[in-house]
Amino acid sequence: MLDLGGRALRLIGRRVVNAVWRLGFASRFLVAILLSSGMAFQRIGLTVRQVYFAGVLSLIIILVSGLFVGMVLGLQGYDTLQRYGSSEALGVLVALSLVRELGPVVSALLFASRAGSAITAEIGLMKTTEQLSAMEMMAVNPIARVVAPRFWAGVFSMPVLAALFSAMGVIGGYLVGVVLIGADEGSFWSQMQAAVDFREDIINGVIKSFVFGLTISWIAVFEGFDAEPTAAGVSGATTRTVVISSLSVLALDFVLTAFMFRGLR
Amino acid sequence: MNRTLLDLWVGLFVAMGLAALLFLALKVGNLSSSSYGEGYVLTANFDNIGGLKVRAPVKSAGVVVGRVTGIEYDNQTFQARVVMSMDARFKFPKDTFANILTSGLLGEQYIGLDPGGDVDNLASGDAIKKTQSAVVLEQLIGQFLFSKAAEPGAPAASAK
Repeated sequence: MLDLGGRALRLIGRRVVNAVWRLGFASRFLVAILLSSGMAFQRIGLTVRQVYFAGVLSLIIILVSGLFVGMVLGLQGYDTLQRYGSSEALGVLVALSLVRELGPVVSALLFASRAGSAITAEIGLMKTTEQLSAMEMMAVNPIARVVAPRFWAGVFSMPVLAALFSAMGVIGGYLVGVVLIGADEGSFWSQMQAAVDFREDIINGVIKSFVFGLTISWIAVFEGFDAEPTAAGVSGATTRTVVISSLSVLALDFVLTAFMFRGLR
Repeated sequence: MNRTLLDLWVGLFVAMGLAALLFLALKVGNLSSSSYGEGYVLTANFDNIGGLKVRAPVKSAGVVVGRVTGIEYDNQTFQARVVMSMDARFKFPKDTFANILTSGLLGEQYIGLDPGGDVDNLASGDAIKKTQSAVVLEQLIGQFLFSKAAEPGAPAASAK
């Protein structure tokens, strides 16, 4: 009994110490990326290539999900609003929920699972096959050559994808609400424009998605770089990327929302 | 993948992102109509602002002429002081009347301005003197019951 309790205590202790150790290493790693990201901007071709893999190849999933999320919002929002005789507020509901919350958050979750996992797997496999060590042998800094372009590509792609998601969502809401169900088109757009503020809502949404992009990219490149150089290690790192970045996005979203929109209530 | 083709795709990606942001700003948001960035500021004291919120519109004759930018409690007069940012294109006489109105039955509350006949216009920082508070449903029902009870032969009296 005493032995079991001791073992459990040791396990918890090791987990906590391990988590703090990894957090410290991740922070040091972020500083290293920022310090050696000169190459990512000088040889912009490297970063552009990663924007293609992280951003352009995520377009299909982002656009289609945005359209469907907007369509569902239109359908559900209309159903609820017309009970209170205020179906003209459908545009406000669709636009505000997309621009403020769903656009940045859902596209960040999709981005974490579509692009973040790929970045982790790629860097992890490079480490497993000792390509990173080979680069170091050739006096090429792997953080500057491999990690930084992927990091900045993720940071850049995320706001673009979130803006596209929100825009597609509004179009989806318009298609279902106005074209299909027949809510009034004029009040759909005019109430939306009256309620959505460029600085308070749209810019805050862009800031949110920028922060999410930073977080996801950081977690993805760190997990890849820190992966145990085995097949199981890489798969574990990929899973951790998706889980940790999804949780961080949701938690950060709450914090950011509390800061940004507290004064509006 | 050819480098030039890759650049084309990334360029298309960036252009689409900018187009989406432009769509959000102009079609979804109010950037196209929010030309009153450099307007003037008016204040008004209300006994009760009801459910008025920051960013609520200020309307005159149904047209949006400004926005509520701040609501605070004035401990000297025990009233609510509402700060409004007005469109610089529109001027109002000094004896303008400010009401808190509701759009529709359950709609949002806004400030309605009824222009008076004064020769001088309100300048930036001025306070609107004549105000009418929001209609609070409980008070309205209370007044109704009160006036009912005051009538001769009211049900409240016959119940005794």
